[in-house]
Amino acid sequence: MKGRVFERAVHGAFLALGLVTVGCVLLITVYLIVSGLPAIRQIGLGAFLFGDTWASTATEPKFGILPFLLTSVSGMAGAMVIGVPIGFFAAVYLAKAAPRGVKTVVEHIVSLLAGIPSVVYGLVAMMVLVPWVRTAFHVPDGAGLLVAILVLAVMILPSIIKVSVTALEAVPKEYEEASMALGATRVETWFRVSVPAAKSGIAAAVVLGVGRAIGEATAVMMVAGNAPNMPGLFQSVRFLTTAIVSEMAYSGGLQRQALFSIALVLYLFILLINATLNFVLKRDRGA
Amino acid sequence: MRKAKDLLRMGLMGMATAIICALSVCLVGYVLLKGLPHLSWRLLTTAPSYLTDTVGILPDILNTLYIVVAAVALVLPLGIGAAVYLNEYATNKRLVGAIEYAAETLSGIPSIIYGMVGMLVFSNLLGSCLLAGALTLVVMNLPTVMRTTQESLKTVPQSYREGAFGLGAGKWRVIRTVVLPGCVDGVVTGCILSVGRMVGESAALLYTAGFAHTLNNFFTGLGSSGATLSVALYVYAKEPGPGRQEAAFAIAAILMALTLIINLAAALVSRWFKRRRAL
Repeated sequence: MKGRVFERAVHGAFLALGLVTVGCVLLITVYLIVSGLPAIRQIGLGAFLFGDTWASTATEPKFGILPFLLTSVSGMAGAMVIGVPIGFFAAVYLAKAAPRGVKTVVEHIVSLLAGIPSVVYGLVAMMVLVPWVRTAFHVPDGAGLLVAILVLAVMILPSIIKVSVTALEAVPKEYEEASMALGATRVETWFRVSVPAAKSGIAAAVVLGVGRAIGEATAVMMVAGNAPNMPGLFQSVRFLTTAIVSEMAYSGGLQRQALFSIALVLYLFILLINATLNFVLKRDRGA
Repeated sequence: MRKAKDLLRMGLMGMATAIICALSVCLVGYVLLKGLPHLSWRLLTTAPSYLTDTVGILPDILNTLYIVVAAVALVLPLGIGAAVYLNEYATNKRLVGAIEYAAETLSGIPSIIYGMVGMLVFSNLLGSCLLAGALTLVVMNLPTVMRTTQESLKTVPQSYREGAFGLGAGKWRVIRTVVLPGCVDGVVTGCILSVGRMVGESAALLYTAGFAHTLNNFFTGLGSSGATLSVALYVYAKEPGPGRQEAAFAIAAILMALTLIINLAAALVSRWFKRRRAL
């Protein structure tokens, strides 16, 4: 009898530990909603989301986050345009073409890229890319959207490559053998059979990259110039993430609450991306 | 025609891979070359002083150490416990789905959001201090430890459990003597990955652990505000003044070296466990 009570207690303890993750997600959601809604209510949802000026410290403050939204989206899109092709071709090479030794080495390199802290990326970009952009394009200040896009493109490469390689390696050998038996070359087989067969995994990799690019804060903070302008390649810009970081330290009152609202918008973005990721992966399992 | 297309695709693949390799070699080389010369004994062993206007990173090194130790000590029981529950106890599919979905959501949330909520919850309770930062890192890394542990729990053969049950052991005894020893490799891997993320984290710590550079011992350290190496790098990189940029590069070199070591350790550990399992 005593043993059974004890087993029950252990079971209960493990259940509690299992529920911690659920509790954390709920806690984060509730806190963001509770602290994010008041400012939106006060400013008005339309004025908040589609207002084109952010002047939080002006005598007549304006809290429009449209510049941040557009910057985050265009920064992410730019990073995708550069990062996805490089990541994709490298992933096909690693999964299919690379000799064993080369593959091991490159995979270690990719893990290394994934492990480098974002502040280090930010520092190198700040010291190398920002001056380079200034002299190469003859602009007064190199810090801006272009450098942020380049940094994000590099930072999303590891997640794109790793997930795509896993997906490509999971393609059944028979598909490829059948294709080659029908007379396709090896390269044709990889791109016309293996890639389509792994397309949902590759799509998941891209969506994961989108999430990384939208959520990155410190590296972008160090190179994007940080003025609340509408996006332009050489404009000094603020992302959703950096808008929070840059004013958090000294904000108060409505300004501080507006920052919480930005965090809520960012969180909704990420939840949407997660849902897309799940949808992409589930559809594949169902088929 | 087909030949040309094949060649083009081969070329693109080779180029993409070459870009990645060149990029990482340049990145590592640049950071180490720029940073290592500034790594002086004085920088490593002193606190920054406004009197002599020198920069020292000893407090930041210690803060990093404290926060990692505290966070790992807290995240391991939580992560392992959750994994054991999912793998050994849970029978309700819905509940398992909810926990796994929650873990996936957690691993997708950007660190700045963790920083924000950490500030609202932990820093409100405890003040801006290393412990608040450590708790934030615990939530961030929970999914990693949980997933790696879960994966290695799945490799513990079912027959071991059945054997232990057959000998009359209770559930807890089976878990303690058979299941947990079998998942050491997952725990170690999860630990290494988490330490890597904790050392490199900045956005989540800015407003939870703070920026101070004072020297503390472990217990007073946890209760007071302090910058980790990554946060210090971020601050020094933007701060004008003598020695600031050099300190930023020196920290970058330290972080780069740590990243290399952590990656190497992860690779070695996984190879070692694989070989042991094959025996």
